[in-house]
Amino acid sequence: MAFTSVRSLLEAAESTELWRSVLADDCRDRDADEAESMGKMTALWRAMERSAAEYEPARRSPSGLSGGQGAKMAAAAGTLCGRFMQRVIATALMVGEQNACMGRIVAAPTAGASGVLPAVLLPLRDRDGLSDERMVQCLYVAAGFGQVIATRASIAGAEGGCQAEIGSASAMAAAALVHARGGTAEQMAAACAIALQNVMGLVCDPVAGLVEEPCVKRNVMGAVNALACADMALAGIASAIPCDQVIDAMAAVGRAMPAALRETGEGGLAATPAGRKIAER
Amino acid sequence: MNIFDIMGPVMVGPSSSHTAGAVRIGRTARRLLGSQPVRADILLHGSFAATGAGHGTDRAIVAGLLGMAPDDPDIPKSLWLAEGVGMAVTIRTGEIRNAHPNTALLTVTNTEERTLTVSASSLGGGRIRVNAIDGMEAAFSGEYPTLIIRNEDRPGILSEVTRALGDSGANIATVQLYRDRRGGLAVTVIECDEPLDQRLLNELAGLDGVVRCTYLDREKED
Repeated sequence: MAFTSVRSLLEAAESTELWRSVLADDCRDRDADEAESMGKMTALWRAMERSAAEYEPARRSPSGLSGGQGAKMAAAAGTLCGRFMQRVIATALMVGEQNACMGRIVAAPTAGASGVLPAVLLPLRDRDGLSDERMVQCLYVAAGFGQVIATRASIAGAEGGCQAEIGSASAMAAAALVHARGGTAEQMAAACAIALQNVMGLVCDPVAGLVEEPCVKRNVMGAVNALACADMALAGIASAIPCDQVIDAMAAVGRAMPAALRETGEGGLAATPAGRKIAER
Repeated sequence: MNIFDIMGPVMVGPSSSHTAGAVRIGRTARRLLGSQPVRADILLHGSFAATGAGHGTDRAIVAGLLGMAPDDPDIPKSLWLAEGVGMAVTIRTGEIRNAHPNTALLTVTNTEERTLTVSASSLGGGRIRVNAIDGMEAAFSGEYPTLIIRNEDRPGILSEVTRALGDSGANIATVQLYRDRRGGLAVTVIECDEPLDQRLLNELAGLDGVVRCTYLDREKED
């Protein structure tokens, strides 16, 4: 039986590590053994690595809107954010562009948000010398929180706007980062809640209906938000609203969103004069 | 929804619904036909028609018809690869009445001049639903071993089919029945938990009143 609330995730994590309870639940759910489940998740981690490594700076999307931005960011000198964040931003752009250019990525939870998790986990692993096993554990944490979000709210932009795609990815990544740093299950829930709070109401307004502008750049926002929220949670900052209630609020906001702001390419940035001009092309 | 519906699939972008789901639609049509099509007519409806070009929906469906999986890096080159294997492709846009926004109608023909039309929709996250085969309603995902039996609409046929399945030890997950009119042709769609063997399929195809028996094995992409 899948987790339908963060509260139940936290209860399960009282007797074991949170990622282990997600693993155990998956084995029950799919009638699989631990080795099979771990093998599947490890393959996804390897595929995330590849999605960044296979980036080709010269590649452009069919529309011409995407390509080359990740390389530009990686090559920039003297960034405001410092070297670690520069790599986070560059990785988010690279994987986002890889997706836009019909390259191979891992939908996490969706293709449009595929840059968020690799953008935070790859640079962190490399900077802190973390093991790949730990990164796979992080993916279980992310999947556990993602499952709750998908069940109570949505991970589809057409249903819940961008808050449901980049927002969900950011919240999943925030919880995963807390695990990477050895934080508690409560801190994971707080990081997830704060990350979702920060993107509450974000609309899905892709220019010309394509997963490119602003989607690629919003992967950066999702990654940076995840890092900041994980740091807040690890510093002991709580969310005044419990995580389940934040997720429910996100669902309600998604339902209240007009269709023009839910992946139809008819509102927001897509409806600007420049956006319409691109759509005509 | 299991955790690997949240994390994954590994896929060629840019869209799980418009690209990965589209590959699965083409691949399912190929599996239903049972061989490589030599002609394929693809009608894109709704959002598939409006934003399909930018999402590579056309190339994705053709890639699926060539047997590629959603993570095949050759998906962007599929139109070119189709020429190489001698598959003639036409792609059109149009309206399909009452259809899901991400729907494609595929008409595929193989070397034996067998033609099949498949209507299928992409539901998000790469999941698909086949809506109709040869104009007859049928709703299934293709994720389970699936039997599609076209039979005469008269009493007793379903019990013969389920008896054969039961005798072979197959457990039925879902059963759906459709028909064009009373006493006409019916379609029985049965999803099973485990793959079915050829001997059972032959027995089913030979049952009195069964016009055609198509079997879709479990999708293998991992």
